[in-house]
Amino acid sequence: MLFGQRLRALAGWIATLAVAAAFVVALAAFFELLSHPGEERTQILRGYEWFTSGDLRVAFDLRWDPLSALMALVVTGVSSLIHLYSIGYMEHDERRETFFSWLNLFVASMLVLVLAQNFLVMFLGWEGVGLCSYLLVGFWFNRRLLVVNPLGRLVEGEPDDTREVWAPPAAKKAFLANRIGDVGFLLAMFLIFATTGSLDFDVVFGEAGALAAGTATAIALLLFLACTGKSAQFPLYVWLPDAMAGPTPVSALIHAATMVTAGVFLVARTHTIFEASGTAQTVVLLVGAGTALLAALIAIGQDDIKKILAYSTVSQLGYMFIGVALGPIGYAAGMLHLVTHAFFKAQLFLGAGSVMHGNDDDTDIKHFGGLRSAMPITFWTTMAAWAAIVGVPFTSGFYSKDQVLAAAFEHGGIGLLAWAIGVFTAGLTAFYMSRYVFLTFFGERRWPEGRHPHESPPVMTVPLIVLAVLALVAGFALTTFTGEGGRFQAFLEPVLGAPEEHESLAAAAGLSAAATGLAAVGAIVAWLLYVRPFDWLALRRRWAGAWRPLAEKLYVDQVYEFFTVNLGGALAAFLARNVDQRGIDGAVNGVAELVGSSARSGRRLQSGLVRSYALGVLGGAVLIVAFLVFRP
Amino acid sequence: MHPLAQATTQPLPLPEVDWRAIAPELALAVAGVVLLLVVAFWPRAGRGVLAGLTLAGLAAAAALTVWNWDLERVAFEGAVSLDGITRYARAVLLAVGALATLMVAQGDSREGEPDDSPPEVFPLLLFALLGMVLLAAASDLLVVFIALEILSLSLYVMAGETRRLAAQEAAMKYFLLGAFSSAFLLYGIALCYGATGSTNLLEIADATGDPTADGTLLLAGVGLLAVGFLFKVSAVPFHMWTPDVYQGTPTPVAAFMAAATKVAGFAVFLRVFAGALGGLVVSWRPVIAGAAVLTMLVGAALAVVQTDLKRMLAYSSISHAGYLLVGVAAAATVPAGVSASMFYLLTYAFMVMGAFMVVQYVSRLGPPDDDAIGERSSLEDYRGLARRHPWAAGLLAVFMLALTGIPPLSGFWAKYYVFLAGIEAGLTWLVVVAVISSVISAFFYLRVLVVAYLQEPVGDPGAETAPGRTPALGVALGLAGLLTVAIGLAPEALIAAARSAERILG
Repeated sequence: MLFGQRLRALAGWIATLAVAAAFVVALAAFFELLSHPGEERTQILRGYEWFTSGDLRVAFDLRWDPLSALMALVVTGVSSLIHLYSIGYMEHDERRETFFSWLNLFVASMLVLVLAQNFLVMFLGWEGVGLCSYLLVGFWFNRRLLVVNPLGRLVEGEPDDTREVWAPPAAKKAFLANRIGDVGFLLAMFLIFATTGSLDFDVVFGEAGALAAGTATAIALLLFLACTGKSAQFPLYVWLPDAMAGPTPVSALIHAATMVTAGVFLVARTHTIFEASGTAQTVVLLVGAGTALLAALIAIGQDDIKKILAYSTVSQLGYMFIGVALGPIGYAAGMLHLVTHAFFKAQLFLGAGSVMHGNDDDTDIKHFGGLRSAMPITFWTTMAAWAAIVGVPFTSGFYSKDQVLAAAFEHGGIGLLAWAIGVFTAGLTAFYMSRYVFLTFFGERRWPEGRHPHESPPVMTVPLIVLAVLALVAGFALTTFTGEGGRFQAFLEPVLGAPEEHESLAAAAGLSAAATGLAAVGAIVAWLLYVRPFDWLALRRRWAGAWRPLAEKLYVDQVYEFFTVNLGGALAAFLARNVDQRGIDGAVNGVAELVGSSARSGRRLQSGLVRSYALGVLGGAVLIVAFLVFRP
Repeated sequence: MHPLAQATTQPLPLPEVDWRAIAPELALAVAGVVLLLVVAFWPRAGRGVLAGLTLAGLAAAAALTVWNWDLERVAFEGAVSLDGITRYARAVLLAVGALATLMVAQGDSREGEPDDSPPEVFPLLLFALLGMVLLAAASDLLVVFIALEILSLSLYVMAGETRRLAAQEAAMKYFLLGAFSSAFLLYGIALCYGATGSTNLLEIADATGDPTADGTLLLAGVGLLAVGFLFKVSAVPFHMWTPDVYQGTPTPVAAFMAAATKVAGFAVFLRVFAGALGGLVVSWRPVIAGAAVLTMLVGAALAVVQTDLKRMLAYSSISHAGYLLVGVAAAATVPAGVSASMFYLLTYAFMVMGAFMVVQYVSRLGPPDDDAIGERSSLEDYRGLARRHPWAAGLLAVFMLALTGIPPLSGFWAKYYVFLAGIEAGLTWLVVVAVISSVISAFFYLRVLVVAYLQEPVGDPGAETAPGRTPALGVALGLAGLLTVAIGLAPEALIAAARSAERILG
């Protein structure tokens, strides 16, 4: 950044090449890993000793095993494509060298997170990605939401109208939710160190089985609290949809493909701790299933294309958590869904970005329609990703979602509930995703007069095409021809453990049919509503009572706002008014009044303050002495 | 009978004078007197000369500290003790003093304006340091009181050294409230003497185990001692002076107060409470823990609503005092509490000095503000800093992230160790509060970075007055930044040094 001016033109290419180089290195290391037999595939790179003292030994140790290799490949691979895309997308932004440096810093932090061999190094990456996310969400700090004025022109809205999508408040929200999660991570870390005396993964996981049930549950739930923050699960998911105020490549990279999966990765990485606590696994399962359903319902009610995709991400993350909550039968399925989701959701976001790029940064789905012919590449690649997320047979999403649901079904008990919710949610997913593509690319043209939608430059469409191909074939390629998930699962087995038995093929086929059938119903309903000449806006008005809660995100934000803004604000104002006599003056009236008051009526006012300060000292002293002397 | 009363009837028994034990203090005193004479008889001496002499005095004291490094003994019949706390605090204090000298040397001079602060500030700085170093070594309550008064009197004058109204007001407030709290401390000393028959910490430690001693009197004395120390380290509810004083006083002095007073204050806190009064831990721990909770939460909560960086740093220093109190609360039963607190002081001193240096740097960019309020340190002045002064913004980022406690910077390890000591001492609930407070604090530290990095500069950048170019501030900033990063990357040696401070000699 210090050389910004000179390198501005090249910043994007330098950043992209750096990440692509990381991908190549990761790929080489991956093949090297494959050359070892299964059980020897964990390599630990002893890094420089951060420090040792007493019992605590912390070093920059990195771990290269199948799980971290998988994550590293996804992170660097998807990042390379998104960096490339960003060169086109951020072409006209005057601070793009800053943007690329932060994007690179993000990738570096993410790699630290997935390659860590102890909790501290992981926490370093965990904090790093959070910080980058915060900075990148707020990147367009001075840009407001675009709204259509009564004349049909696109104008910048007032910050008050669009409080929740304006970048700085969105960044703040992301920050707050993540910090709540970080409390969980920190406390879990302290608890782990207090009980096992180490932060190294091998040592901690070795002792995880011997933990008392209560301790294991506490650690696991604290870790999961961290996950709900980072991976946007109930109740902390609310930051993710607002985070869409950031540039779209950021949404694709950080808020869909990589960072938000960190929580899923954390559960998989620390699976021995979760296995030691059945309670924690049940909580993860229920939160995952509940979030999947809740977010899918809300997604139906959104008109902003990025918000639809954001809630869809929250919902899909719920599936991943269902997978990793199930124990050995689900880990591979959850991780597979993580990988396929990274591909198709990155494509969907980049496609949405391409749509915005060609439509003057508009994001309102009501202003599109019939873009199919204007943006053919964007259209076809988005349809590929749509097929994947909806679960059209033999696309990647079909395999991964199917495996998650099959694992839930086989798990039995509470897993059956998760399975039922998952299947129903699959139908909802098909509906809202079909609504998204139909309203955007099909039907009549609804864009305002004078707009000329156009296809994006090749630097943006090439990543779209690559991701679309991956979205179609990744599931097929990663699983064996039997559809049993054998190869992928076998690859991860040394880390995550082997499931006990496999279900019969016939039952699996029946289960797939259920989910796929429901998805087909969802898609057909969407087709009836949104592609056929049909006044769906009139329908929406007629059913306003049912529509409004969905459009208002089931009022979760309002409830949170009441507790944080109203109650928190009242508390802060109270503190400022009654405890810090001068702080609020600074906040409200500016320093000017302070100057005036201290200059004009200084002596009288200030001596009063000193007296009250002295009173505070006296009161404290009396309290302390009284406590010490009169305590029984 | 009181020792002074005895002196009228019989010759005063003089302790053996152990010159070597107090050699660093002597060096500081001599340097201070020399500088005072230079200022008095050579009024035209440049700032550079004075700063050079001050640094020479500090270097001599540092050399003597190193010479004494392995010395562990009680000198002056128990009035002064040389142990780990003493030498660790000496080293940190002298380093802080050197950085503060560089900041003062830079001064507030702007192009075409006379120096704002008088040259007497250099000898005062040395005398204040003398008091602090002595305070860290004192093992008799009377020496504690004398040392505290030496440093307080010097600081009162330093706080009001400029003719700015805000500085004068700050000095007056600090003086009035400081005198008030000194009275509590003195009364506490008297009660302890009454209960145990001694002001010597070793003898008090013995007496706490003695069932015949007057427990109530002693506990009241302990409470009043706590009040005096809590005031010096600006813990809630004795903190109210801190924001006003830090905001009004010249930035170098504020930095010195924030860093050095805390180091000396907590050193004596640990020695008296964790050392001498360790036997009464069950009684005083709830008081210290309660003060820690209040201090952390009130400091963090009020920092959130500040719009002035100096004031925000004042509240931040309050909340850091809260984390340190967690260490003090743990220290009586867990030796790691002592080393964790000492290490915290080391890292905190450099982080907070660095943050104030950036404030000083930025305040000198714009035209002088209204004289009454002092320097330009409103958050508004930091908008777009990254564009105009990338290095200053980068260092600001380092210090803010370190104060937040984000790894791998030094502040993270400081918190980590203190929290760990808290858990080992069974104060898990206190650590939970501390973690929550540090989460709140992240909000206002990072907000500064958002302003500096993500907001457009206001006004015309060309209108900035060029800062008076002396390398002093740049060197100081570089050192503070380097230390903050280096300690974070390789904290091991300094932790090990802190561990040697765990054994308290009386």
